[in-house]
Amino acid sequence: MSILEYNGAAIIAMAGKDCVAIAADTRLGVQAQTVACDFRKVFKMNDRLFVGLGGLATDVQTVDQLLKFRQNLYELREERQMSPKVFSNVLSNLLYEKRFGPYFIEPVVAGLDENNKPFLSGMDLIGAPVYTDDFVVTGTATGNMYGMCETLYKPDMEPEELFETLSQALLASVDRDALSGWGAVVHVITKDGVTSRELKGRQD
Amino acid sequence: MDTVFGVKYDGGVVIAADQGNARSILMYQRNLDKVVPLSSHSAVGVSGPNADLVNFSEYIQKNIALYELSNDGMKLSTHAQANFMRGELAAALRRGPYQVNVLLGGYDESTESSSLYFLDYLASLQKVNYGCQGYASSFCLSIMDRDWKEGLTEDEAVAIVEHCMQELHTRFLIAQPNFIIKVIDKDGVKTSKFGADPADT
Repeated sequence: MSILEYNGAAIIAMAGKDCVAIAADTRLGVQAQTVACDFRKVFKMNDRLFVGLGGLATDVQTVDQLLKFRQNLYELREERQMSPKVFSNVLSNLLYEKRFGPYFIEPVVAGLDENNKPFLSGMDLIGAPVYTDDFVVTGTATGNMYGMCETLYKPDMEPEELFETLSQALLASVDRDALSGWGAVVHVITKDGVTSRELKGRQD
Repeated sequence: MDTVFGVKYDGGVVIAADQGNARSILMYQRNLDKVVPLSSHSAVGVSGPNADLVNFSEYIQKNIALYELSNDGMKLSTHAQANFMRGELAAALRRGPYQVNVLLGGYDESTESSSLYFLDYLASLQKVNYGCQGYASSFCLSIMDRDWKEGLTEDEAVAIVEHCMQELHTRFLIAQPNFIIKVIDKDGVKTSKFGADPADT
């Protein structure tokens, strides 16, 4: 049993045409047992920047708080909002600082940059980043999610189609993973705002 | 081996725990009170080794009392107390963890509502309507899934806890004859019933 699989998670972020969407399941488990079905793993850092944290639940909550702290200090000093690229770097730095005693989380960052173009990044638990223009996944069902995304994804989807594609990719992936599922939440980010929807899938 | 239950109802929350204090093959005590009041309107049911159980709960209890003394009587909300506990557990996690799994329940006079929080030893925090800690969760979470509904009364919430206790008496390998049940509502924390009087020394 890996420590990254103790609580269970499934998170996908996907890019569309001038929009980006991020979705996560809402299960909180303790190995095989499900403890709650409304656990938050995706956090809004500002109207155009979301981070999804998959892995050990306690570190998900701790890193969310630490990120907010670093973001607040940045905004106080710089008097401007943190761009997604900078935020991704801050997160990477935060994780590498704990190189020999890491936070057990593997995050994804999804946002819109200054030109309203989608930004996506993913990283491992010690902060090694990867930047893509299509999708990033993390959690206990990554094999399933990669297969679904590769199959369903196409570039330049409008927000409504992006929502449908992302939802289907996530739902199908978690249904074959015992540790994730029990509900999901999807956020679609455009320059005009964020639309958040809850999905009810198989409750098992 | 400890069992802790929590059930939220309309206007309050019920916290119950078994009263055993054991290690290896020895039963030290059968009347231990593991539902520790943290403030006038909150209590935490704690499970784990007795050292951590007592030390951690007393540490949190005294710090909450200190806050009220230092801040002119201002009371911490249940949400704030839960997050304070989580912070302490998270800080200790990579130093020398407290091996305590808790259910924190409280009533907030400012919002006239009750809340229940699940907090495990790794410092994973989640607000819930009902919960269990210990082996009991394998037996009793499903019972609570079935019995709990929105808008319960105090008696109905206590009935759910007693239903769970009955299931443990029937099917759980380890005998836990004594349970203490506490109710937290607008009038504070009161002991509803106990199997053995904690005051008996």
